[in-house]
Amino acid sequence: MTIIIGLIGGLVFGLGLVISGMIDPNRVQGFLDLTGEWNPTLATVMGGGVIVTTIGYKLLFKRSMPLFAPKFYVPTKTDMDSKLILGSAIFGIGWGLGGLCPGPALTVLTQAGSNAIIFVIAMIAAMLAAAAINNKGA
Amino acid sequence: MVFTTQELINGALGGALIGIAALILMGGIGRIAGITGITVAAFREKGDRAWRIAFVAGLLASPWLASAMGFEFPTPQIDSSPLLTAIAGVLVGFGAAYGGGCTSGHGICGLSRFSARSTVAVATFMTTAIVTVYLARHVFGA
Repeated sequence: MTIIIGLIGGLVFGLGLVISGMIDPNRVQGFLDLTGEWNPTLATVMGGGVIVTTIGYKLLFKRSMPLFAPKFYVPTKTDMDSKLILGSAIFGIGWGLGGLCPGPALTVLTQAGSNAIIFVIAMIAAMLAAAAINNKGA
Repeated sequence: MVFTTQELINGALGGALIGIAALILMGGIGRIAGITGITVAAFREKGDRAWRIAFVAGLLASPWLASAMGFEFPTPQIDSSPLLTAIAGVLVGFGAAYGGGCTSGHGICGLSRFSARSTVAVATFMTTAIVTVYLARHVFGA
């Protein structure tokens, strides 16, 4: 059952990315380009997503557990560390340069030619490198 | 500004779908819909990886589902050179995994839990992304 939930979750998530237009790097960079031809679409995507998720999480967390798992696996870390800031800063630079973040990159993998494949391979290799560093506690 | 009302409406609808996907994962199996975390664990986790692989497969298949449902969308263009594309991919992947999340995990899910860490993460990557686009488009004219 967890596999079906995962698959449906991925399909609906990707459908949202396609419909929202966030699979188009130019639209994303259009939002980030405050002094150019600004495109506010990303704000309505984040707004729609955060409103639905905030209300839904509130309702879900009234239950003691999810349907097909023993508990809610919610991050418990609360301290601000240098990894959070440094990692987020680096991520933002790459996001600005390419106009793609991980979700849209995976969603367009089969849709946007060789550049999409290059981006995803580079991204996943770097993710695994960062995860290996994190795991060492560096 | 060059955009249409339809773009904004589709943005909000698509965003709501992303939210629904986050609720399916949390309500179904108690998981955060963070693409970075899911992707990394799909490779690294030994035991609980099947649902993560299924999630990534769902993402990959979703454009075909959108087409099958009659939603027409232009083929996304990645205009940068292959080298710049690879550099952007490395920065996105390393930064998101090192910082514990991307636009979905810290953005959608973290902000919806009122997480202070995620709020700081979002403020940080929004700032560096805006500065990067400014420099690339208006200073260096790339």
